[in-house]
Amino acid sequence: MSTPLSRPPLEALRDQIRRLEGSATRRRAVLPFGIRDIDRRLPGGGLALGALHEVAGGGNDALNSAAAGQFAAGIAARTKGKVLWIVTRQDLFAPALKQVGLGGSRVIYVEAGADQDVLACFEEGLRHGGLGAVVAEVARLSMTASRRLQLAAETSGALGIAVRRWRRQTEAADFGQPTASVTRWRISVLPSESLPVPGVGRARWLLELIRARAGESADFEVEACDGKGRLSLPAAVADGPDQEKAGRRRTRA
Amino acid sequence: MLSVDLAARKAGVRPGTPVAKAQALYPDLITMDADQEGDRTGLEKLALWFQQRIAPLVAVDVPDGLVLDTTGADHLHGGEPAMLAEMVRRLRDAGITAKAVVADTLGAAHALARYGRARTLVVPAGETAAAIADLPIEALRLPDNMIEDLRALGVATIAPLAAMPRAPLALRFGPDVARRLDQAYGRISEAILPVRPVDPVMVSRNFAEPIGAAETIARYIGRLVPPLCQGLEERGQGARRLDLVLHRVDSRTEAIRIATATPVRDAKRLVRLLCEKIETIDPGFGIERMVLTATLAEPIAPRQKISSLIAEEEPDVSDLIDTLANRVGHRSLYRFAPVESDVPERSFCRVPALAPDDQKDWPEHWPRPTRLLARPEPVQAMAELPDQPPLFFIWRGVRRKVKCADGPERVFGEWWQGDAELTTVRDYFRLEDASGERFWVYRSGDGEHGETGSQGWFLHGIFG
Repeated sequence: MSTPLSRPPLEALRDQIRRLEGSATRRRAVLPFGIRDIDRRLPGGGLALGALHEVAGGGNDALNSAAAGQFAAGIAARTKGKVLWIVTRQDLFAPALKQVGLGGSRVIYVEAGADQDVLACFEEGLRHGGLGAVVAEVARLSMTASRRLQLAAETSGALGIAVRRWRRQTEAADFGQPTASVTRWRISVLPSESLPVPGVGRARWLLELIRARAGESADFEVEACDGKGRLSLPAAVADGPDQEKAGRRRTRA
Repeated sequence: MLSVDLAARKAGVRPGTPVAKAQALYPDLITMDADQEGDRTGLEKLALWFQQRIAPLVAVDVPDGLVLDTTGADHLHGGEPAMLAEMVRRLRDAGITAKAVVADTLGAAHALARYGRARTLVVPAGETAAAIADLPIEALRLPDNMIEDLRALGVATIAPLAAMPRAPLALRFGPDVARRLDQAYGRISEAILPVRPVDPVMVSRNFAEPIGAAETIARYIGRLVPPLCQGLEERGQGARRLDLVLHRVDSRTEAIRIATATPVRDAKRLVRLLCEKIETIDPGFGIERMVLTATLAEPIAPRQKISSLIAEEEPDVSDLIDTLANRVGHRSLYRFAPVESDVPERSFCRVPALAPDDQKDWPEHWPRPTRLLARPEPVQAMAELPDQPPLFFIWRGVRRKVKCADGPERVFGEWWQGDAELTTVRDYFRLEDASGERFWVYRSGDGEHGETGSQGWFLHGIFG
């Protein structure tokens, strides 16, 4: 059975599924990462706009959310318009966000006292639709709450990023619980690229796409966001296939 | 010189002295330009305050006085002396030196307040003539040249002037002298032009049957807001703050207050903001009266829409800001703006979410950590002196071996902030441990000189 399904029936089937999901009217816009290897794994070729995405740090970063926060900031930096960032305790360093392309004039911070307030503000922000992205740092995210957020994002087309951040390492197991978010990422820090001179090279992350609706999970090793919020593949990996191809060409020649 | 403070007065500077002369006498004299317009508006504000607190008829007497008609108001404050003392005390608390006099006539009170000795003085009814007899003729509100001429005639105080025959006086100086004298003695009346406060736009509604259900309250909010917006529109204003007062049948009141970041006249938006707060009120046995007041209103300036030919218009988020601010409070909603300081915790400040963008941003010379700890946490570290990064450090009980490091980035204390920072130094290092976690660590001090800091190590931030 190697004959692939002919194009029209497949399209019809997709349409049917889309109609069942209730988003038949609008074609989903996406925000691509600009890295083919990652975008290929995501349905639509990028992070879906009008959807909720979850990001958490791996290891110690589950508590600090430094890498996860920077990853979210990098995504938000590549959107247009203002960004709403909802926190319970404020320890973001604005100059660092500027270094991934998210200038101080674009981010509006909301300091909410409790998780419920964070979720309420998150939903309000998503429902508004005039924002580039809405980022919220939450610890607990139940199925019901995430469903509400996802619906709010769908109606307005806003990009929602839930940065999962816990107070204790034991609570981080919560990340295994199902939610209605479209994708779920875990960002872990990796040793930076080694330099020929003393110093710290560009940061590297292990990007784990744990869950993607209508997609498969995958792992990527990437270099951290640059001044415009873009990720990139480490040189060794990026050059690998080209080198291989060149080698093959050479052997063939 | 228009006005001088007490220290300057003691040093011998008087109003009327030319600035150049005063500065020649006292080189370190601090002078400020007079802001007459500002003084006037300040005086008007003060007049409104007096109108609410002391007496209903208050007039502004430029440049530096207020006239109150306290007839029938003094007993509310415990008598005239108590009222004056209270007024002067309150003004002193606000940083204003004032003198207050009650007299039968405006002219006499004006003269005694400016040329009398006492800080507060009550002139009993009918004793006005005696009270002002010894005051200089300047107290009569006459033009300067007239006073000079009168002094040339040998008249220095009011009593001799009043005793002079009227006809030659009027012939020589015109009717003003006689008029001012009559005003001071109470022979002719003098009108004052009281300030009128602008009433806030207010709409109210009474209910024949008390209401209590949240939906009913929401419906009537929906009916109160449009007339309010109409009223605001007539004045060209928008609401910055709305107070909805609900009078309950048991004569208690409940209130809802909403505030907006920019002036708003959009009825729908105001209704939504008000309705979100309905759950905070307790209707008890029912509400019989609702009063909606725009307690703070500001003019709405028409705005130029950006044509799509030039640039894409940025979506307006002020309604979202209002909704969120009414939920979490205005203080919890902010942006960070750059401050020109190399000390990390001072390099930013909070500004209101809709504050205008001043196009400034932080420099990007050096990597900065995503998370900055609220206060630096001490760590144990071992490092070669004077300027090598640590070989390892222990933070929160975990020992981390440093694999590679960047630094030092030296941050000097800001001597203008205080003497304590005159010599202090921080050396910041970016450290990466074996597992790839990156930290921002500094040594308090330069590693050589004891006065630059404790030489202890602190963790200040975490990189992503």
